Amino acid sequence: MQKLADFKLPQFFNYPPYFTLQPVRDTREKQIQLWKELILDYCKSQKTFLICVEEDFPLFSNSAIDRSLSHEAKETFLSAIVGEGRAEWLDKGHRKCLILWHRIQDWADIILQFVRDNGLEDSVMTVEEIRSGTESLGTELQGIDRTILMRALKLLENKGKLALFKGTSADDEGVKFSV
Amino acid sequence: MASGSSIGVGGLFVNAEVTTSGRPVLRRNEVECFLLSSVDFDSEDDPPRFTALKSGNLILTTHRLIWIPSEPNGAVPSSIPLAAVTHIFSHKKSIKSMFHSPRIRFQADPGSIVVTIVFRGKGDFDCFLTKFWECWRGRAWDEEDKSETETSRSGGSATVAQGLYGNDGTVRMVGLAGILRKEQEQWESTDKSLQDAFQDLNALMSKAKEMVSLAEKMRQKLLSAPSSQNSSTDDEEMGSKEEMQQWMLSVGIISPVTKESAGALYHQELSRQLADFVRIPLEQAGGMISLTDMYYHFNRARGTELISPDDLWQACTLWEKFDVPVMLRKFDSGVMVIQNKSHSDEEVMSRIRMLVTKTEALRAGVTASDAALTLKIAPAMAKEHLLTAETKGLLCRDMSPDGLRFYFNLFPEIDLTNLHIVKDFGTYGEWVKATSILSV
Repeated sequence: MQKLADFKLPQFFNYPPYFTLQPVRDTREKQIQLWKELILDYCKSQKTFLICVEEDFPLFSNSAIDRSLSHEAKETFLSAIVGEGRAEWLDKGHRKCLILWHRIQDWADIILQFVRDNGLEDSVMTVEEIRSGTESLGTELQGIDRTILMRALKLLENKGKLALFKGTSADDEGVKFSV
Repeated sequence: MASGSSIGVGGLFVNAEVTTSGRPVLRRNEVECFLLSSVDFDSEDDPPRFTALKSGNLILTTHRLIWIPSEPNGAVPSSIPLAAVTHIFSHKKSIKSMFHSPRIRFQADPGSIVVTIVFRGKGDFDCFLTKFWECWRGRAWDEEDKSETETSRSGGSATVAQGLYGNDGTVRMVGLAGILRKEQEQWESTDKSLQDAFQDLNALMSKAKEMVSLAEKMRQKLLSAPSSQNSSTDDEEMGSKEEMQQWMLSVGIISPVTKESAGALYHQELSRQLADFVRIPLEQAGGMISLTDMYYHFNRARGTELISPDDLWQACTLWEKFDVPVMLRKFDSGVMVIQNKSHSDEEVMSRIRMLVTKTEALRAGVTASDAALTLKIAPAMAKEHLLTAETKGLLCRDMSPDGLRFYFNLFPEIDLTNLHIVKDFGTYGEWVKATSILSV
């Protein structure tokens, strides 16, 4: 089995047609699904939140078989993920893609669980602390992408589970939980 | 002036037998060689040694010079045996002779009488002269005499052909004389057919201009004729319009109207002929042949009267209307092929499947050339088959700087819920084995 960092790659990663965008509809559908799963699995394991299409992404090429995805293929696969709500394009030019290997809703649930686990039901924290504070060490929240975190927090705010407030600077954005 | 009929003068002229319609009766083995009209036989001696024969048809045969009066004027059809000719004077052309009718002088027995033949009509005088010499030198009567005496001697063996003329009257080709005669006959027939051909050509050329303008008029008329949509009340008109189109096609005139009308007779006939012809090249090509290849084969076989690519395509499209065992098929890529109706895509698919599941093909895929070699068909056809197999989901493609390759389609066998699972059965497992050398 091949590995990319510590990520175990599946056998079909060495299948050359996997790297050619298939023209036949049914075949392409399956191919898209496989890439979606692989990308999400990989990003989750590596905690990758962002894919820049124009930069090299390790998953998009396989030197063992000397194949790599074309720009069109990358865009196709990422757009498919976006279409299913597991990713978002950050720009109109489709150059940056935010990967939601947890959906926003899932992140919201993780945050709530985090709050409960640490007895923070009525506490106040900065946003930065949520992602890099001692409580988050070793949890999924560690190193979470800021954009995603904000979205999840906003979602929870809409549900009345917390209140966001601005601090003196961007780093001081805070959260008052009322779970 | 000598008195008496021409017969009476020393037997120079021999009466010639003629049929009721005025044709000379020929002896056995005697062959006509030349015919000229408006010919006189004159004696230039003073006093003339025989009564002149005026204005008759001269027939040169292998044995005689026959003169037949062209009008009933009392003269008797006469002949001079060539055997009696002792000398033919050479014909000198001079300024004087250019203004006169051509004439030949020869000397004949009995009595070494000089005879002048005057040619007052139009005719190939030079040719006659040549043949006169030949027939005289050919001495056909000699061979006959010989054979006659021999047969009378041997009596029973009358079937053996002797000399220049066989007993059944056909000319035998023996000896130098025979060879010369054969050559001569060949030249004569060629010459004659050339003459005929040129007559036709001259006539055609003079008509050509008329024909072209006529054709143009017809074309204009057809072009401006009402279209078939309002034919309900114009059935008669439509019928004659179609007839005109057919006729024009059969004469070889292509008009834009006729090309558009499907089902014209020319295309129908071509279509049938093509369906017959197609059988053998199709078999040789393995059941499927591209339209361009067929165009080459068909025209090559025709030699002349080549058909245009458009005609070929029209002919193929007409096959739908007839009950023929072949059909025209268009692939998604646009390539058009001729195939047997009985051609089975399934059969080709199973052969491809066998090809791509071999270990080496699993590992490295197949190109169109690989497939062409294995399936024994043209590379263009092989590519079409591979593309069809891809559309059916049997194969999938791999595009790289090395080119386009096709692999057995493993996608269906991969489990979405568990990307790492490889089942024991199935081609996916075989593929893994085949590529195990690649894994790190």
